[in-house]
Amino acid sequence: MQNDYDVVVIGGGPAGLAAAIRARELGLRVLLLENRETLGGIPLQCIHPGFGLHYFKEDLTGTEFIYRFIYKFLDMEIEHYTGAHVVSIEPFSDLEKRLRVVTSKGVLDITTTTVIYTTGARERHLFEIGITGHRPAGVYTAGEAQTMMDIDGIMPGKEIVIVGSGDVGLIMARRFALEGAHVKAVIEIMSYPGGLTRNVVQCLQDFGIPLYLSHAVTRIEGTTKVEKVILTKVDENLRPVPGTEKEIECDTVVIAAGLVPYLKVLERAGVIIDPATKGPVVNEHLETSIPGIFVAGNALVINDLVDYVVEQGELAAESAYLYIQNKGIPTKKWRKLVKGRNIRLIVPHYLSGDNDVIIYARVQKPEENVKLHFPEINKEIKLPFVKPAEMIRIKLRKEDITKAKDKITMEVVLNE
Amino acid sequence: MSEIRHFKLTCIICPLGCEIEVKMEGDKIVEITGFGCPKGRDYAIQEVIAPKRVVMSVIKVNKGDFPTVSVKTDKPVPKELIPVIMKELAKIEVEAPVKIGQVIIGNVANSGANIIATRPSRKVLPVS
Ligand SMILES: Cc1cc2nc3c(=O)[nH]c(=O)nc-3n(C[C@H](O)[C@H](O)[C@H](O)COP(=O)(O)OP(=O)(O)OC[C@H]3O[C@@H](n4cnc5c(N)ncnc54)[C@H](O)[C@@H]3O)c2cc1C
Ligand code: SF4
Repeated sequence: MQNDYDVVVIGGGPAGLAAAIRARELGLRVLLLENRETLGGIPLQCIHPGFGLHYFKEDLTGTEFIYRFIYKFLDMEIEHYTGAHVVSIEPFSDLEKRLRVVTSKGVLDITTTTVIYTTGARERHLFEIGITGHRPAGVYTAGEAQTMMDIDGIMPGKEIVIVGSGDVGLIMARRFALEGAHVKAVIEIMSYPGGLTRNVVQCLQDFGIPLYLSHAVTRIEGTTKVEKVILTKVDENLRPVPGTEKEIECDTVVIAAGLVPYLKVLERAGVIIDPATKGPVVNEHLETSIPGIFVAGNALVINDLVDYVVEQGELAAESAYLYIQNKGIPTKKWRKLVKGRNIRLIVPHYLSGDNDVIIYARVQKPEENVKLHFPEINKEIKLPFVKPAEMIRIKLRKEDITKAKDKITMEVVLNE
Repeated sequence: MSEIRHFKLTCIICPLGCEIEVKMEGDKIVEITGFGCPKGRDYAIQEVIAPKRVVMSVIKVNKGDFPTVSVKTDKPVPKELIPVIMKELAKIEVEAPVKIGQVIIGNVANSGANIIATRPSRKVLPVS
């Protein structure tokens, strides 16, 4: 019996739209399911430029970038539902996955040969970053604050403290400053900024916003509304230094404490998770530990560049095509990609040697004048610097991959 | 001979954030190094001569599917004009429908740049 679809794409952000478009171009029968009422994902609420420089060779805002995909997707008349929440994926067999989807029109049961999972990421909560106390009005996650300002047009407050100096925190600081709010501090627990240098320059320095490195917010105070935050210095082990407490008065606290791949449904289906990426373990086709279930975008690994997200979406679609043509991914022998010195995370996890493969990695700590070294295959790539905020993207060629027997280590070494 | 000055800056054009160095002799640029692409070279030249930024915000839309559309200047404007432009944007309201790329304000604050919409707005009929 034939399944309802060749591929069901779950999530209509950049990864999902790119995957669905590519899958349709390859002639597959595609269905896309999006939880929200609108397609587009995060870029829909990103009104700042910095999107698509690599993919379109143009500097677009998140909104402009994503509408190019939305319009193309709609023009191709690819079947889709918005307001559709996938509640379960049952890997019934290698060639049949059963999905249960709740929509406004009722519950749908759908069968498909492959699934491409592109649900993006969720924001970390207060308790995950060790802030205690209750939550008075005026505490928002970055995503909530961004939606209020840039979709609904409402200013959350006037005196702002931002917790977390990742790109999301930095971009929110600029948004508030541009709208005339007083951004009193951006607070970062690490000794270096979490975001890209360009964002420290154009979001903080441009507006004279103070950045407190090696500081942690320990409490948020206020009975009904936020009145102040309490912060302390932390030592190298991120432990509070006694006697360094200070307070900053504010009416709004924005928590930008990072993103985690959003995998609820996939975890229940039983995929194996990598504790470093908090996303699924995948092979070079972005296939998870369940045959025929692929993953791309922020659900795979947190990306700072939407261009890479789209690239992963397109690869996942090509992999689904390969899977359908061959009734499974044909490779039988895998080489494991292993983290070496100063590598915090790396995807994909397994390589076949049949294809050139793009590797995405992040380092643990910033270093200058380094090289990436792959001892088993005798390969070196010189880099002027590496930073945790900047994902490394490099291509390993199949001739290089096949030089290794069963594993390839990637490490950062200092240039002598 | 005029004085030689070195500027170190981080390119903000794309997230790669190349560290670019500019060497100036008086007001003449004599050497630029460290850029990853020609766009970065142009940025560095502009940044040492007259820094500019793209301005973005949202404006109110009446009868649209969302309460706002997002807008930006279609080219970078001198940094000192940013507050002036933000004030103009706070005042303005438009009617749906709005197309992506539609000019909302021409030559805003005499900057030579236009304010254009970066998100469309569909017209919705009021629910009665
Ligand atoms: C503040 C901020 C600024 C950024 N700035 C830049 C920048 O300047 N340049 C750049 O290149 N990148 C930038 N990014 C990164 C970029 O936005 C992301 O990498 C990209 O959006 C990830 O795409 P995605 O498709 O994986 O996930 P998302 O965009 O999150 O899309 C996931 C979609 O899946 C849907 N979904 C979730 N669960 C389900 C379910 N169970 N069923 C159905 N649908 C579901 C969601 O509703 C959502 O629409 C920024 C990100 C943020 C947060
Ligand atoms: S120089 Fe080019 S590659 Fe480097 S940050 Fe600027 S735009 Fe990006």
